[in-house]
Amino acid sequence: MNKRRPYVRPMDGWWRKNPYFVEYMIHEGTALFVAAYAAVLLIGLLRLAQGEAAWTAWLATLQGSWAILFHLLALVAISYHTYTWFKIMPRTMPPVIVGGKKLAGWVITAGGLAAAAAASLALLALVWGMAR
Amino acid sequence: MAEHPKTIEIEVLRYHPEKDKTPHTQVFEVPFTDDMSVLQGVQYIKDYLDGSLSFRWSCRMAICGSCGMMINGIPSLSCQTFLRDYYPARVRVEALAHFPIERDLVIGMEGFIDKLESIQPYIIPKEPRTPAQGEYLQTPEQLAQYEQFSSCINCLLCYAACPQFGLNPSFIGPAATALLHRYNVDSRDGGKAERMELINSEEGVFNCTAVGYCSEVCPKHVDPANAVNQNKTNSAADYFLRFLSPKGGAK
Repeated sequence: MNKRRPYVRPMDGWWRKNPYFVEYMIHEGTALFVAAYAAVLLIGLLRLAQGEAAWTAWLATLQGSWAILFHLLALVAISYHTYTWFKIMPRTMPPVIVGGKKLAGWVITAGGLAAAAAASLALLALVWGMAR
Repeated sequence: MAEHPKTIEIEVLRYHPEKDKTPHTQVFEVPFTDDMSVLQGVQYIKDYLDGSLSFRWSCRMAICGSCGMMINGIPSLSCQTFLRDYYPARVRVEALAHFPIERDLVIGMEGFIDKLESIQPYIIPKEPRTPAQGEYLQTPEQLAQYEQFSSCINCLLCYAACPQFGLNPSFIGPAATALLHRYNVDSRDGGKAERMELINSEEGVFNCTAVGYCSEVCPKHVDPANAVNQNKTNSAADYFLRFLSPKGGAK
């Protein structure tokens, strides 16, 4: 008679068992803020299409304290998302060969973060210039 | 000093399929020296404290890939994890996560062996060749394409690190995909089309959500997450390009 009786361990709460998984879940969770902010921008576009009064009302809503709190939270969440996004990026890309050598992972991560920072600053400068 | 040797507590997850309904922990007091690996600690238990403790091991030098265990919850080769890094705290040792436990620290690996077979881990020649044609020639650049992925020792730490495999054991998983990729990108190989069917399948690469922990725990720096994620791109290309190809493609 076969005496084998393999025991399969449950997966309940798997993401709490390792700090790496907790970080992964936070990364995935912050994607909701990215989606939420995309929705905010889309609503803005919709309000703009509805005319000047709708647009002005939308701008006024954004100046409310809840809206500012949301923006601060979204800034933190999206910054973290950006950081973890570029951290995993070298693992998701085909090898980049520069001068016959494979580019190190940290260079790709640093390059991505620098590009994100530069794009954010450029956008900030552009909007700042338009608002003045 | 000699009359008071240092000891360390090793907590082992035990499971005896004929006696236990569920696994339970057992703590052993093991003499400690700072050159002892966790594997040596477990061997001490088997040799002197409880001969019924079951575990796999062979080479003791991170080559054979037999002695993978969860050590304090981290998938590790027990031969290259040292008790001194935990002393004086207790060390918790458990069978590799996400696999069925056969007994104590021994996991059932048939599922992985089946996957390994299914990826056809050997060179499938592009056309029949005779010895008279001589050896294959390969440039260092062509070697670099697959070399890292050929370092896999099938230790299964990456599977124990992959929650998606834990949630869906039919996922081909990190190591098998890394080996699949190793052959697909080998300039001598012509089996890519056959292997892409697996990549594209329900069991294929899209089970991966880029957790990335598989590559963190890999003792051989294979970077299986990279192989899996490169093949998401390959799979997407395979899917869309069939609309352009006159012969069609994906089954």
